[in-house]
Amino acid sequence: MTAPRDKLGRPVVVVTGMGIMTSLGNGKTDNWAKLVAGESGIRTITRFPVDGLKTTMAGTVDFVSVDPFSSTGLSERMAELVTQEALDQAGIGAKADFPGPLFLAVAPVEVEWPQRRELGRAVGKLDFNYDDLLRISGGGKYSAYHHRFMFGSVAAYLAETFGTKGSPISLSTACASGATSIQLGVEAIRRGETDAALCVATDGTVNPEALVRFSLLSALSTQNDPPQAASRPFSKNRDGFVMAEGAGALVLESYEAATARGAKILGVIAGCGELTDSFHRTRSSPDGKPIIGCMNKTLADAGMTPDQIDHINAHGTATPENDKMEYNTTSAVFGDLVSKIPVTSNKSMVGHTISAAGAVEAIFSLLTLEHQRIPPTINYDNPDPTILFDVVGNKARDARVTAVMSNSFGFGGQNASLILTREPA
Amino acid sequence: MTETASKPAQTEVWITGIGLATSLGEGLDANWAALQEKRINVDEKGFAPYIVHPLMPVTFDSQIPKKGDQRQMEAWQRIGTYAAGLALDSAGIKGNKDILSKIDMVVAAGGGERDLNVDTGVLTAEAKGANAPGFLNERLMSDLRPTLFLAQLSNLLAGNIAIVHGIGGTSRTFMGEEVAGADAARIALSRIASGESDIALIGGSHNGERKDLMVLYEFGDFNLKHKFAPVWARKDHAGFALGSAGAFLVLESKAHAEARGAKPFAKLSSVVADLARRKTPGDMAATLEKLWAKLPKRDGKGAIISGATGAEPATSEEHGFLKGHAEFPVRSTGTMFGHTMETQFPLGIALAALSISRGALFPPNDSTGTEIEMQGAPTQIVVVGAGHWRGEGMALVEAVS
Repeated sequence: MTAPRDKLGRPVVVVTGMGIMTSLGNGKTDNWAKLVAGESGIRTITRFPVDGLKTTMAGTVDFVSVDPFSSTGLSERMAELVTQEALDQAGIGAKADFPGPLFLAVAPVEVEWPQRRELGRAVGKLDFNYDDLLRISGGGKYSAYHHRFMFGSVAAYLAETFGTKGSPISLSTACASGATSIQLGVEAIRRGETDAALCVATDGTVNPEALVRFSLLSALSTQNDPPQAASRPFSKNRDGFVMAEGAGALVLESYEAATARGAKILGVIAGCGELTDSFHRTRSSPDGKPIIGCMNKTLADAGMTPDQIDHINAHGTATPENDKMEYNTTSAVFGDLVSKIPVTSNKSMVGHTISAAGAVEAIFSLLTLEHQRIPPTINYDNPDPTILFDVVGNKARDARVTAVMSNSFGFGGQNASLILTREPA
Repeated sequence: MTETASKPAQTEVWITGIGLATSLGEGLDANWAALQEKRINVDEKGFAPYIVHPLMPVTFDSQIPKKGDQRQMEAWQRIGTYAAGLALDSAGIKGNKDILSKIDMVVAAGGGERDLNVDTGVLTAEAKGANAPGFLNERLMSDLRPTLFLAQLSNLLAGNIAIVHGIGGTSRTFMGEEVAGADAARIALSRIASGESDIALIGGSHNGERKDLMVLYEFGDFNLKHKFAPVWARKDHAGFALGSAGAFLVLESKAHAEARGAKPFAKLSSVVADLARRKTPGDMAATLEKLWAKLPKRDGKGAIISGATGAEPATSEEHGFLKGHAEFPVRSTGTMFGHTMETQFPLGIALAALSISRGALFPPNDSTGTEIEMQGAPTQIVVVGAGHWRGEGMALVEAVS
């Protein structure tokens, strides 16, 4: 017997369907098998020439075809596939009739180079400027590109395909976007606005300009050879994150609604929290207070204390700054427990799926709860001596896991955490 | 499902701060004066044949004191950060660390401007035969400013507002063109009304003076060309004139506002939004009717502030919907401010609250008879925001009784 309301009197929010895609493969079964086996999805990029780039590898999703190709098109297709997987598992609603709103974490959208080059070629002159591009853009020849490069286009497509209700929200909180999409769904159910919500996060933006942008900010690993060894969370020789693609979808429901229809409960979103850091555009406040506050808010939201968390699914990007900051802030929140709680970073294997990461890692956390097995942090052969986490290094570990904290931190001072549990508290 | 009407047991939400930086000017008085004088600021030459409503120049230093901060932003972020500062000033909470540390921000944002010289440099070099496999990579690596990315990222408008104004609560960025502005207001309202939040800063900003954006809208033939006309008079010459503007609002629970002695401009009673399929004529108008029916009862002295873009067929569909409610005087923000995309809906709420607080709706500015004079003080104003391609939103702004 479990109460349908949490300690704060709000509806308990449960997960009844999950779908996932990463560079490791399509679907929960394939991803989980490879994740616990310690396989890497990072590979040398073949989608476009890498000549002249400092970083030549990424966790690309190359097994999904999109024609004509665009990063936004890939994001949309991955989101569609993971949503279908989540809905198949949840068995909720009817075909194209999902009984709740959509919250979509998606990378910012813009006209991309293949399309810009197509325009450039169509000008038919050797010297030209944006006025010339403008002059040939109209007349209906490129009308599909208008739709493709609207920020709301992916959400509109998913909403129409799956029949979600109301106005779908497209959101970005940078690397915390996936966690924010889940948080918005949780809040809508807790407020009683809906019994169910579809939370989707997707990112298919491994393209030349995106790589260059992160390269110019010195955020990416340049350990290109072998690519599988590039992502080294918590290692002394970590040198940046590895860009990656992927998507995750979760069907959230109130516990009451899920049990009333006899749905299988996969886990509980026990708590969510967020806190803005106003220190700097890309760096965390040196005192770590916003991240500490974010974790504490999340514990309070779940009505839990640090000793009730028995696994941390870290943000663990493998940038020199993130991992150190994450250890320091986690220590501040967990005290002596910090060296006793097993910590892992899925990014060692799937890379950093940016806008999707929060949802991808929430799903891996829920699978960890289901299998009572913690996936490893691979490439952990040279531990950073100043990071005294109990890192689940290189090999998966069987463990009793009842509550997982999953953290996401992003550019723009975005911090978000989730606490996931197996059963309602 | 998306209804957020305040239930009787829920908290009343007040609009206690408004920040505007638009093509008509900076601040409430300048914008109000221009509206009274029916003054429209359009540039028909700078982007000819396209028409824009350029930002009335502002002294960014007054809200963004550090030049270093200004340099880290592109125009859209500077406009927004500036307008957000005006909203905090208007609410009387600028620099109030206790309150700023818990503000929940919901920002509606697009993306930042591209470096046009880099783009055309690559394209013209390719036209002249540059075809080495790594050519694009090498040019981007050498030509892009390292921090340009941060000036383009959607969530960095909120990030810059947090840095410049010292906001340490929460921050969420919604994307998705016009309706993102409605959804930002909708989510912030429902969070405050339900007690999840006490105070929020919502809004958006847009730089309409951008050829890269015009290319995107030109793909769909959405840009207004050659000659300006009020939104309702563009049927045979359809399109929108992009506008530059920042519009931010401080939303606050009545109890929180009263505790600090803040006065409301108006209350935000309801925000609803939906996604019409727009597959067949009438779809969008039907959705607007549905949203209209979801709003709380309107028995006061009402008016409508529309964000109609001038693009077709959306504007004609909305016009048809408005004709069915002809007893409500209509005003178009698109005519006066141009199309400011994500910012149009917050701008509409801002003008509704301003009209209520000043005891008069601003005058009509229209040659088609769609906008009629209004006598007396409005007590209920419905803000309508229908996207040029997708997304419909509606809000009810009311006088505080």
